[in-house]
Amino acid sequence: MAASTEALATPSKPRVLGWGRLPAVLRYSVVAAVLVVFWHLYAVHKGPLVMATPRQAVEAVWDGWKDGSLAHSTWTTLRLLFEGIGIGIAIAALLVAFATLSKFGADVLAFLTAVLNPLPGVAVLPLAMLIFGLNETAILFVLANATIWPLAIAVSTGFKTTNQTLVSVGRNVGLRRVRIITDVLAPAALPYAVTGLKTAWAFGWRTIIAAELVFGVAGAKGGLGNYINDARLNLLPPKMFAALLMIAGLGVLFETLFNLLERHTVVRWGMKTS
Amino acid sequence: MDEVAIGTAVRTAGDTGTALVRVDGVRLGYWVGDAFHTAVGHATFDVRPREKMIVIGPSGCGKSTLLKAIAGFIAPVGGSITVSGRKTLAPGPDRAVVFQEFDQLFPWRTVIDNVAYPLRVNGRSRRSAKETAREFLELTHLGHAADRYPHQLSGGMKQRVAIARALALEPTVLLMDEPFGALDAITRQRLQAELNRIVDQTNVTVMFVTHSIEEALVLGDRVVVLGNAPSSVLEIVDLRDLGGPETVEYSRMRGHLRALLAVDEEDALDEEESLGGID
Repeated sequence: MAASTEALATPSKPRVLGWGRLPAVLRYSVVAAVLVVFWHLYAVHKGPLVMATPRQAVEAVWDGWKDGSLAHSTWTTLRLLFEGIGIGIAIAALLVAFATLSKFGADVLAFLTAVLNPLPGVAVLPLAMLIFGLNETAILFVLANATIWPLAIAVSTGFKTTNQTLVSVGRNVGLRRVRIITDVLAPAALPYAVTGLKTAWAFGWRTIIAAELVFGVAGAKGGLGNYINDARLNLLPPKMFAALLMIAGLGVLFETLFNLLERHTVVRWGMKTS
Repeated sequence: MDEVAIGTAVRTAGDTGTALVRVDGVRLGYWVGDAFHTAVGHATFDVRPREKMIVIGPSGCGKSTLLKAIAGFIAPVGGSITVSGRKTLAPGPDRAVVFQEFDQLFPWRTVIDNVAYPLRVNGRSRRSAKETAREFLELTHLGHAADRYPHQLSGGMKQRVAIARALALEPTVLLMDEPFGALDAITRQRLQAELNRIVDQTNVTVMFVTHSIEEALVLGDRVVVLGNAPSSVLEIVDLRDLGGPETVEYSRMRGHLRALLAVDEEDALDEEESLGGID
């Protein structure tokens, strides 16, 4: 009896000492505070024509949001980004379906991804400007190009690594070519597709900000990249930092959304461990 | 190729009706580079309505390949396969398959949706598919797990879902490709007993591939014994009047099957000594 009680007694948990013992919120707050202090000291040192202090940056976000200029720029960038990635997803899906249904399609996809994926998205911007002019179509073209290839590679890898037994089950219950793709291969490739989407999103962000910087120089209006460039021209570092804060904040927000999407799909289905 | 009836009498009424599946002089194999490797050299046998036909043979004899050919995944290079009088070409739900792999369930669908989905594919309404799915989950004692996802199930439960899914399609013949092969011994025995009960309740015709003599004896009405590749049918054994595992004839039959499979293996090893037949 005594022995069994002893066996069930709660063992003492190994103690973590020092920094690791503090709650995560506190730890990250301290890290953030230290960085803000350094930022502030550096800004004071450099002067208001080059650097904004953290306080000025936050105030610039507030002001920019209140007068609508920052909100408008953010919306312009996000809208273009969504449209560009949307076009990229649609074309990537068609390409992968085509590649799955025919050997010729597979060769076309393999060749295009090999050549175009290593190409940084902004590299085709001058070409797009020549073809489409200084307008949104040029940006959409560059964005689509930046997102199609990482997505297509991810999804086609997902298709290729799909468990063949599942495909056999699909055929056995009566699915034919196109429905094998939509009902078996596509959901089975979802873990890869979400990873591809994250990569496409990251590429898209970098590409659109860079493209807007170039467009800002070229004289067109709108977008966060343009907002940054305007702030530089007008010697207004706080506005520049406001846009940077927005970009970083949105990056964190979308990373969180992608993680939520994963948790409610592939993690929930046991297709990927969290 | 002869049918050997061991036991007291051959059952007569009702069980010699027209063949549901007819395998006639079938030759099957696969390409290794430019060389064709024959697995099944020449196989001829029938599967009759409402029987459990076991296909047994040494590894590499093509028993799984044969089942895949009946399912329509592979075309025979010789002979013909007929199901319900039709020469089969494409895979279809009339020959529902239960595979060996646990990963045969769609991980993104719940248990009940895994069973209901094939019915939806075949034109059933959402409600009627769910109703039937629930019915067959009850039959396989899985009603409590209907809303779980496959990754939350044990291997044995996954195989039971796969059986429920296949049965719900009301197939002409249920094809089972070593479905219990990857299970532990205790679960395997439990599922064998459960399969016997389910088959009795549903009157489904089963073709079951295994390499286990015990499994063949526990489940089978008849057993097709295949030899080494390129294989042919060594014998078709009737088990319908076989007594329980405690009887003499049961152990005799086990010895007979062992001898059939072992003798053939010895042949393959080019050994002269024969192990002989029964006793």
